[in-house]
Amino acid sequence: MIPEIGHFALVLAFGVSICLAVFPLYGYLTNQNGFCATAKPLALLQGLALAVSFGVLMYGFLAHDFSIKYVADNSNLDLPWYFRMSAVWGAHEGSLLLWALILGFWGVAVALFSRGIPDHMSALVLSVMGMIGVGFLAFMLFTSNPFVRILPFAPGNGADLNPLLQDPGLIFHPPMLYMGYVGLSVAFAFAMASLISGKLDATWARWSRPWTTVAWAFLTLGIALGSWWAYYELGWGGWWFWDPVENASLIPWLIATALMHSLAVTEKRGLFRSWTLLLAIAGFSLSLLGTFLVRSGVLNSVHAFANDPERGVFILGFLIVVIGGSLTLYALRASKVSEPGEFGWISRESFLLFNNLLLTVMAVSVLLGTLYPLFVDAIGGGKVSVGPPFFNAVFVPLTAILVSGMAFGPLAKWRQSDDPKLYRPLIVTLIVSVAVGLVWPSIFGGAYSIATAVGVTLALWIAIATGLDVVKKIALYGGISATFSRIEKGTIGMWLAHFGVGVMIFGVVMVENHTEHRDVRMGVGDSQRLGSYNVRMTDLAVINGPNYVADQATFQIYQAETLYKTVTPQKRRYNASGMVMTESAIDSGFTRDLYIAMGEPLGEGDWAVRLSVKPFVDWIWAGAFLMGLGGFVSITDKRYRKRIKEEKAEAAVEGATA
Amino acid sequence: MNRLMVWLPLGVFAILVGFFFKGLTLDPREQPSALIGQPVPAFELTDLNTGQLLSREMLPKEPFLLNVWASWCITCQVEHPYLTKLSEQMPVVGLNYKDTETAAKNWLQKLGDPYAMQIFDPSGRLGLDLGVAGAPETFLVDSSGVIHLRIQGEVNDRVFTQKIQPMLEMIQ
Repeated sequence: MIPEIGHFALVLAFGVSICLAVFPLYGYLTNQNGFCATAKPLALLQGLALAVSFGVLMYGFLAHDFSIKYVADNSNLDLPWYFRMSAVWGAHEGSLLLWALILGFWGVAVALFSRGIPDHMSALVLSVMGMIGVGFLAFMLFTSNPFVRILPFAPGNGADLNPLLQDPGLIFHPPMLYMGYVGLSVAFAFAMASLISGKLDATWARWSRPWTTVAWAFLTLGIALGSWWAYYELGWGGWWFWDPVENASLIPWLIATALMHSLAVTEKRGLFRSWTLLLAIAGFSLSLLGTFLVRSGVLNSVHAFANDPERGVFILGFLIVVIGGSLTLYALRASKVSEPGEFGWISRESFLLFNNLLLTVMAVSVLLGTLYPLFVDAIGGGKVSVGPPFFNAVFVPLTAILVSGMAFGPLAKWRQSDDPKLYRPLIVTLIVSVAVGLVWPSIFGGAYSIATAVGVTLALWIAIATGLDVVKKIALYGGISATFSRIEKGTIGMWLAHFGVGVMIFGVVMVENHTEHRDVRMGVGDSQRLGSYNVRMTDLAVINGPNYVADQATFQIYQAETLYKTVTPQKRRYNASGMVMTESAIDSGFTRDLYIAMGEPLGEGDWAVRLSVKPFVDWIWAGAFLMGLGGFVSITDKRYRKRIKEEKAEAAVEGATA
Repeated sequence: MNRLMVWLPLGVFAILVGFFFKGLTLDPREQPSALIGQPVPAFELTDLNTGQLLSREMLPKEPFLLNVWASWCITCQVEHPYLTKLSEQMPVVGLNYKDTETAAKNWLQKLGDPYAMQIFDPSGRLGLDLGVAGAPETFLVDSSGVIHLRIQGEVNDRVFTQKIQPMLEMIQ
């Protein structure tokens, strides 16, 4: 009975989303405010219905209701409660429900926080989001319904959640990522609303900017969590694999990053209008494309849950409608967009244009690399794969160029900015970063690495330039508290994010060039050197977990002669599925991680053991965290909470001063 | 110039759609089995129900399906009604894979036993020789004991009409 309530709520949400897609748009086109006014209540109702539906599915998991096929396929009597909760989004149908729930959430957020926006505009925005909801909910109800039941013979026990996903990292990674993916639908909806209404001035940029920034921040954190999860759960000790699904999240991230920067130009200067619209469409379209690639089985990857050609055809049809439709509307309207104003060769606009070009090229090359195997297969060239060498060869140099320019942008002024005095802080930055960068590889030890020297120089270049900018602003405003209370929050956010890029690059460079890595044979009583430590296996035991049996080795790590730490990596075999998983033991530190993972049993009680010292690896995620934090700080700015009246007044003032 | 440029994104997208459409008909997971065109590996195992010793020579002398299943496998339960229906058309030989005798017998008692014979393979030896990656898997074997098709995952109406039926017509 209870699952039917969830099912009913899902059908209700589908019905509501159809109304949301149709009524406000009709109201807008026929100029009837009554129809426009339905947008907000419908958005709230849609969010509520989806929340009920989601809650019911979660209840099904918690209550072990194996008459729900999805629960039976992805849960088990032995599965701990927290994994039963995250199992809701552990496979295809449930992750779609999470996607829909988050779309509903963003709809509610737009309905509640759009008081500063004219009603007919927010009605159009919500209507576009309703259309997306119609597509997704139809997809769920007709091809991937999570409430399908196994009756009358409900199984007594379930099949268990994929052991790869039985990890705390997975509790938060998908919701964060989806908040980002789906959050980009808001920017998309704003762009579409302005294309439908034909009001292609800069106001839509101001409205959609905070939404884009917050979606970008979630996407950043989501990708970082996924990478962290891969690092400690997949058992290989890598942090990024250029896997198609990782790429599917990186591509929209790159476009969203470009969009954030071009929105700044559109908002402040009214330029790049047509380009910004295209980026807003592209950002969300690429999120959808990522979903298509993962769900349809067009590309294979470790992440692919379910593939089924019928679902693929449905998603492809949906993509054609959403992306094809929006690009057609764009083509019809954007040619009429005027681009008032000019800017000099050296100006903040030109630096941001440079940023946009590079980020777009990066996104396109990752997309091409990801799709290349598909292209080759489609023209009959057989199965090929594009590996990390391609991506690194393209991505690394482009990143280096991007970061070189990153230090200039914030110092430059709008319109014309060729006064060399503005860039004087960069002379100090250049000297210090090159000097430290060149010396760093030799103090770090080992063979001198030019890659490290260049990488560390770049990381310092952006970090120091950002730091000097902060110092300059503090001097200008007279004091730290005065600066931080008076300056735009977006600037603080930018500092955090740019500094985070430096931190992240430093982590990446150090891990990629200075990881010490050995695969050794060890039995109880054996010792091995690991960096400046000595690792000794003291015990091997069999441990019974809630739903798995594990071989567990105990390692004592000695620093000189004193015991530093005892760790226990495991090799688990999950009962229900028989899958074997590696639980690595990681000692995280500020300057390095010690990484111990069990490989294969070699007989006579010996195991293949993987030992690694990974210098500064946590800086990668710390950097990503700073970027995400920067995004969240940016949207606290007061100007995003202004009402219409104040906005008009300010526009008048700005017009007078411009 | 600008008039044409704004149509460019749509054009690029149209080309992508063409590739995606083609891509949907290709299955990246399809693993060609090394056993296609080879005879079923030799085995000596007991029948789950009768305890009688079975060998390769005792397999049906007409085209049949060899279905790898286990009581711990949920998808096997899902495909079971369909296999039961299929067993009216052609023999279905069961390969009970990495299971226990009681659990397997209970399962058959509860859901019905459409199998022409039931090879009991608790250690998974024959499964290993067949290159089984997991249950369920189904092989189409011809009258001389040669494997012609390997289906990973559920057998249902779609799989039957798209894959099994055409191959069956070829070998008959």
